[in-house]
Amino acid sequence: MKALTGAYAIAEAMRQIEPDVVAAYPITPQTPIVEQFAKFVANGVVRTKMIRVESEHSAMSACIGACAAGARAMTATSSAGLALMWEMLGVASGLRLPIVMAVANRALSAPINIHCDHSDSMGARDHGWIQIYSENAQEAYDNFIMAVKIAEHRDVMLPVMVMQDGFITSHGVQNVTLLEDNIVGDFVGSYEPPYTLLDTKNPVTFGSIQLQDFYFETKRQQEHAMETAKSVIKEVADEFWHVSKRRYGYFERYKLEDAEAVIVTMSSTAGTTKAVIDRMRARGKKVGLLKIRVFRPFPYKEIAAALKDTSYIGVLDRSMSYGAYPPLYTEIRNALYSLTSRPKVQSYVFGLGGREITENEIENVFNELLEGELTESMKYIGCRGEE
Amino acid sequence: MVNMIEIRFHGRGGQGAKSAAQLVAESALDDGKYIQAFPEYGPERSGAPMKTFVRISDTPIKTYQPVVNPNIVIVIDPTLLDSVDVTEGLGKDGILLVNTKYDAKSIKKKTKFGGKVYVVDATKIALETLKRNIPNIAMLGALIKITNIVDISKLKEKIKAMFLKKLGEELTKANIEALMRGYKEVRGE
Repeated sequence: MKALTGAYAIAEAMRQIEPDVVAAYPITPQTPIVEQFAKFVANGVVRTKMIRVESEHSAMSACIGACAAGARAMTATSSAGLALMWEMLGVASGLRLPIVMAVANRALSAPINIHCDHSDSMGARDHGWIQIYSENAQEAYDNFIMAVKIAEHRDVMLPVMVMQDGFITSHGVQNVTLLEDNIVGDFVGSYEPPYTLLDTKNPVTFGSIQLQDFYFETKRQQEHAMETAKSVIKEVADEFWHVSKRRYGYFERYKLEDAEAVIVTMSSTAGTTKAVIDRMRARGKKVGLLKIRVFRPFPYKEIAAALKDTSYIGVLDRSMSYGAYPPLYTEIRNALYSLTSRPKVQSYVFGLGGREITENEIENVFNELLEGELTESMKYIGCRGEE
Repeated sequence: MVNMIEIRFHGRGGQGAKSAAQLVAESALDDGKYIQAFPEYGPERSGAPMKTFVRISDTPIKTYQPVVNPNIVIVIDPTLLDSVDVTEGLGKDGILLVNTKYDAKSIKKKTKFGGKVYVVDATKIALETLKRNIPNIAMLGALIKITNIVDISKLKEKIKAMFLKKLGEELTKANIEALMRGYKEVRGE
């Protein structure tokens, strides 16, 4: 095991994958990822072509160009950087380019803030990218390696973003077990694109105009690819288990089986929730966690099956959808609709702009749930002016 | 032994609190422990008060909340005693270690802390060994002496391995001297 930050763990994964092209622009808290990777490039550790660009819009554009030309391309970003990529995110998924991007989650402006929440990637959730969230540095590393294989699968061909909590995970030092370089190399293999711009013997068009004639069908195919991605994500996780002995699903169940009250959340807060569950279980409280790993494609059916026997659910979102329920809550409530006997669900918003969430606050949530204090309104954890 | 030790460092940006935290965490990891080392995040500003945290555990660490009830508090900059509540959340069975030229009794009086107080003049040690006011390594020596959370010889090796390439032989030697002097010169009450 090594003592690594989440950012460094991603840089190590990138070094082991050794993509053809990395195009990136620095932004806190993602910067240490590409900073460390740029060192690997400068020291000749990898043969990757590093493209330094003047903005994230250009970073994604360069990845798109490289990937269309047949290269394995990667980047990393946060917050405003991801927002500036907006236009190009849809181009990457619409052109079915398997770009892999690391995201260190950070709040969006205004007010300006460099700390963690999930507004950046949640805002990009409808842009056709597969989204995978990581609880800690180990998961960020593992998910990033798996992302390459998922993205490039011939029946998927979609870009993937792999999230970790900005600062909390990206800058916190933790135990991380890295795989051997050759194991990662063999696992991801080489990228064999079905079509490339540079294959002059088989000329193709990328980025054609499609109006009323074909646009709809192309977009429908994207949805089909997402459906296929669901099974591919599972296959890749099984293969990854063989090389790592670390098992991953669409989500993780933590002491869920007999739980009367369940918290659904994602990323580092899931870890803190586990610590709370351990201490409450020691006092005989039946509490559990469902931690979301794959947010797009969203595993509705599997989640409904996992939560059907519980009575009370609290969904903890680290972002908002102003004027509507927050993103994770919306999906969980939607997933439960197919059940004949539905658990009650309460929405909680927490941690915007890096506001700390403590074990005691999470324990209070469990106590509210166990007492059946559930409402149709959103509740806010640790926000001044509430109650 | 308690399952998990939690340490909070109080320092000012540029005094090496973050590196010290990482050093002790990495040495513990080499000992087969699970660790976390993370600063209270913010843009790093030289001279501004900052906190950094370490957890060392025999089992995987799940929580990501900041350290709120530390077992050990380390104050790298003595001027912080006037502006920051350094003993916040520190229980009576906890340990307070302060870089100061005063004795433990007067720190005890100043902080009104009822538990164990240790002092070491790490600034003096740093000025004499490193010729610069970076007291972090001397503080680590003192920490190891009073808690034994990692083996002092292992920490020495770690410092050698980490510093030799970065700082060269002379400064590495000076850092090890600072470590050992902190180890020897710490006094308690």
